[in-house]
Amino acid sequence: MEATSDHAVRRVKKGFEVLDHTADIGIAAYGTDIKEVFCNAALGLFSLMAELDDIKEDVQREVKLSAEDEEVLLIEWLNELIYISDVEHIIFKRFEIDELAGNQIRARCFGEEIKPGQHKVKREIKAATYHMLRISKSNGGYEVKVIFDI
Amino acid sequence: MPRWEGQLNKIDDYRWEIPQTYKPGMRVPGLVYADEAMLKTIKEEQSLEQVANVAFLPGIVGRSMAMPDIHWGYGFPIGGVAAIRVSDGVVSPGGVGYDINCGVRLLRTNLNEDQVKPKIKELINSLFANVPSGLGSEGKIRVGDKEMNEVLTNGAHWAVKRGFGLPEDLEVTEETGRMKGADPEKVSARAKKRGAPQSGTLGSGNHFLEVQIVREIYDQASAKAMGIDQIGQVLLLIHTGSRGLGHQVCDDHLRIMEGAVRRYGISLPDRQLACAPIESDEGKDYLAAMACAANYAWANRQCITHWARESFAKVFGKSLEELGMEQVYDVAHNIAKIEEHSIDGNMVTLCIHRKGATRAFPAGHKDVPQRYKGVGQPVLIPGDMGRRSYVAIGTDKAMAETFGSTCHGAGRLQSRGAAKRAMRGADVAAELAAKGITVKTSSIGSLAEEASQAYKDVAQVVEVTHQAGISRKIAMASPLGVIKG
Repeated sequence: MEATSDHAVRRVKKGFEVLDHTADIGIAAYGTDIKEVFCNAALGLFSLMAELDDIKEDVQREVKLSAEDEEVLLIEWLNELIYISDVEHIIFKRFEIDELAGNQIRARCFGEEIKPGQHKVKREIKAATYHMLRISKSNGGYEVKVIFDI
Repeated sequence: MPRWEGQLNKIDDYRWEIPQTYKPGMRVPGLVYADEAMLKTIKEEQSLEQVANVAFLPGIVGRSMAMPDIHWGYGFPIGGVAAIRVSDGVVSPGGVGYDINCGVRLLRTNLNEDQVKPKIKELINSLFANVPSGLGSEGKIRVGDKEMNEVLTNGAHWAVKRGFGLPEDLEVTEETGRMKGADPEKVSARAKKRGAPQSGTLGSGNHFLEVQIVREIYDQASAKAMGIDQIGQVLLLIHTGSRGLGHQVCDDHLRIMEGAVRRYGISLPDRQLACAPIESDEGKDYLAAMACAANYAWANRQCITHWARESFAKVFGKSLEELGMEQVYDVAHNIAKIEEHSIDGNMVTLCIHRKGATRAFPAGHKDVPQRYKGVGQPVLIPGDMGRRSYVAIGTDKAMAETFGSTCHGAGRLQSRGAAKRAMRGADVAAELAAKGITVKTSSIGSLAEEASQAYKDVAQVVEVTHQAGISRKIAMASPLGVIKG
């Protein structure tokens, strides 16, 4: 059990990992609590889109959502961020979740409006899918897997 | 991922059946077009399970089909075809995919390899500057709310009216580039907002513009009907779809369908197969919104066609007439269409879901343009950027067996991560350069993800559909210059 716990701690520290999926791409995100896992999933999403080290935190957007269950809420949260990013060309790099309970989320997201040519962009992510979606609680924390359509 | 160990019965060298008894709940058997070697790779992931899952959909007729470019998708496999009765069946946004009317358009030219080769860098640079691509790129067209509704209703017809491209282009576009039944009221404000700045953009991922050289012609007469006259001739292939707008339409309606599945008591083996009866409000609303997204995509390819022609004219100092830059055809390969098909001698109205599959109607079919009535509908099958693409035509056999459908491309073999670990973007560019292929991309990092090695060889895919008789190959072309979004 010790080993599992250590492993979990290491993963939480890492925040997220990129998953392989033949046609698309996904992430596994970790956290000691559900807020952290939602933050890390969002961070994983934007790390697939751009080199986050180069991104400033000069714009802030607030996100407020509710859904019928936690898994749907996670997808809606990620899709809301994708929507804002697509419309406003913002890459977010930090997330403060002020409330996450009863299948509702209220969060502040910080990032920068990107300009092609000025930032190292990787790819468009166009949707978070329900495919293989799983939020699991294990010894030492939460884990989610999300596949994105690109 | 575990290997798929389900039951697969060999029908012949190119056809394999998943029996209806494989999984309780399957309403029809599955049918997979592949050769033995391909099946080994296909079984390494769970795409055949998805073929079996699609067979659960209410109203499905014939078989749940998979083309040889099958790979693992969400809910539906990519390369999947499902024919569903309109009277008592369902429509599933997952059976169309996120990128509604992702498709391919082919243009021919009077130019040959010797004329284009010395200018390929200049041409690719001009195309890259003229056609916005990549993350965060914005189109050169600004459409307001009212005009957006016109784009969604009239598709490529709107573009031609605005001066993008020629009226003749419409005749050789599936649905003439304007799908009926589009209702912009059924498209959310969010979807429209995502679509507004992206009109006339290529996007990223596997979307591309490719300058190609005709390398082989298998049927001179049919090729000639398409304006493909000789080996060495230069073609232009455009591959893109409905951008953020299509994704938002899919996402919006998947959420609605999630509720519909419960309301109508539909039992499904996978959440991503969410669907609603075609005749229900949810089903009708999706089809009306899907048609809008399809029209947006056709308008998109129409605008890109116009700018590509401008680049060719500028670089070669020739008029469009001198260039002979006519459109060969434009196909949708992610779409659901209401079509009439014969089942046991009776004509039945069906909703044909083609997700990573191409319509392949035979000579004489009423929906084949006049120009191709005698030969059949052109089918455009792009390969990966380092190898080759095919032009094929639809057949009577496709009509009888696959509801007039065939494959759509190479199909991925390797995940993006695996491709990237195997090679760096810069190496891919160098390898292509060594083959004489010029490539330009807005993201060198993602170039590795699209390396040849990440895809099945499209030649094998096309060979299976050709041998099985569901489309007939006409010509093959290989790339000289590529723009990757």
